[in-house]
Amino acid sequence: MTAPSPCVLSVERLSKSFGELQAVDSISFHVAPGEIVGLVGPNGAGKTTTINMILGVLQPSAGRIEIEGVDLAADRSRALASTNFAAVYAPLPGNLTVEQNLRVFGMLYAVDNLYARVERLLTVYDLVRYRKTKAGLLSSGEQTRLSLAKAMLNLPRLLLLDEPTASIDPSNARDIRAGIAKFVDNGHCGVLWTSHNMYEVQAVCDRVMFLSHGRIVLEGDPKTLPEQHGAASLDDLFVNVAQEALHAGSAS
Amino acid sequence: MNGSRVGAIVLRMFYLYRGSPQRVFPIFVFVAVDIVLWGFLTRYLNSVSRSDFNFVPALLGAVLLWDFLTRVMQQISMALFEDVWTRNFLNFFATPLRVSEYLAGLLVVAVTTSLLSLLAMVILAQVAFGLSFFTYGVALAPFLMVLFLTGIALGITASALVLRLGPASEWLIWPIPMLISPFAGVFYPVAILPGWMRAIAMILPPSYVFEGMRSVVAGNPAPWDRLAIGGGLALVYLALACMFFFAVYRTVIRTGLIARYSAETVS
Repeated sequence: MTAPSPCVLSVERLSKSFGELQAVDSISFHVAPGEIVGLVGPNGAGKTTTINMILGVLQPSAGRIEIEGVDLAADRSRALASTNFAAVYAPLPGNLTVEQNLRVFGMLYAVDNLYARVERLLTVYDLVRYRKTKAGLLSSGEQTRLSLAKAMLNLPRLLLLDEPTASIDPSNARDIRAGIAKFVDNGHCGVLWTSHNMYEVQAVCDRVMFLSHGRIVLEGDPKTLPEQHGAASLDDLFVNVAQEALHAGSAS
Repeated sequence: MNGSRVGAIVLRMFYLYRGSPQRVFPIFVFVAVDIVLWGFLTRYLNSVSRSDFNFVPALLGAVLLWDFLTRVMQQISMALFEDVWTRNFLNFFATPLRVSEYLAGLLVVAVTTSLLSLLAMVILAQVAFGLSFFTYGVALAPFLMVLFLTGIALGITASALVLRLGPASEWLIWPIPMLISPFAGVFYPVAILPGWMRAIAMILPPSYVFEGMRSVVAGNPAPWDRLAIGGGLALVYLALACMFFFAVYRTVIRTGLIARYSAETVS
């Protein structure tokens, strides 16, 4: 019997190339239970490529991904059973109602007491009044709430959030951030969170990784990292990193 | 194979059919139109023919069986297209769902809807044109099984093509049954075909079914040995189709296409 892994996610020397393009270049990191890790970087830095590899929908060129100690390449189904995700670019099928979507995805994750779980999530994400509404008719903010409800169906040990509040108003975004932080606080779940909103990253993330040209170029506490690198704010640090990456890219 | 995950794929299609009459419509209406059209044609041929040959079991039966094969193929492809149109591959394949479970779900949906189509066709052909399925005797079971396996193989192949080549390949896959039908001898004996077409007919499982059907209608015993060849070929094609689908799936996972799948990204 193997000892339980201390990490919900362990990524070792992960790489992905598309022909000549090195989208992700030998990155290693981990996410611990109860931890929210921010993954930030300019467009094309490799954030979504990394998330897609962790979700098992993109095969790495090299490297190893373990979720809850389960090698994703060896047992994809078992590894993904304890994972879930929400992303603005992956809306749930618009031709199913809110309730139908949650039931279908609940069955895919083999959720126990599915009906009760769906009712709970409809309430938590303020979707009760839309339960019979087709997902395609929801506003973008409501669709995001539905995606988040879907992401919570199986009480995931690893939650991947790709710009989860991108299309949500500040008030709802704050509620959602608070909800996820509360969910993580009990130590059950670890979160990998990508965002372009540095305020959000600073507010919710315990640790942040800056990705540029497929590499992790900076890592640390988002509250202290700007000062350590002579930047006034995380926003400024982001701009500096992006510009350095741009110059490095044009020089090479 | 996890029953809950296969059930999820089936449940999704059940919800879509339940909430959308336009999806239910083709299950019954297109096949009914075919039966009516060919039913009256066979009735007319019976009235003008000087021989005692009964066109109903030969032609109308052939239409019915051919429609069954086409339905099976189309229902598998249509179920996959639901995920193409809603750009849902990322959502589904980022869950524990295995590709074999996804395919199994599509198959259950295709089997159910195709059997409903078949039932509608049988009832209409019997009531309106006097075609009794008992005409074919016990050979009917292997006839349907061979066509069913061939339809599944074609449906899986067509779905793999859509997954690999993109939604625009829709225009490539719908005519597949039509392209096969001249070689399969649906309405005429394979013997009247030129040599090169006969050679192709020999490797098409449906040709053994339609030859067998005509043999039974002519009062001869069912050619079990020929039907066994047809069944064997259908199983081989089914295995090849599954291998092709898995190979395509591995390719789209390697390239990342499954996460970006849409009409805009694949052409």
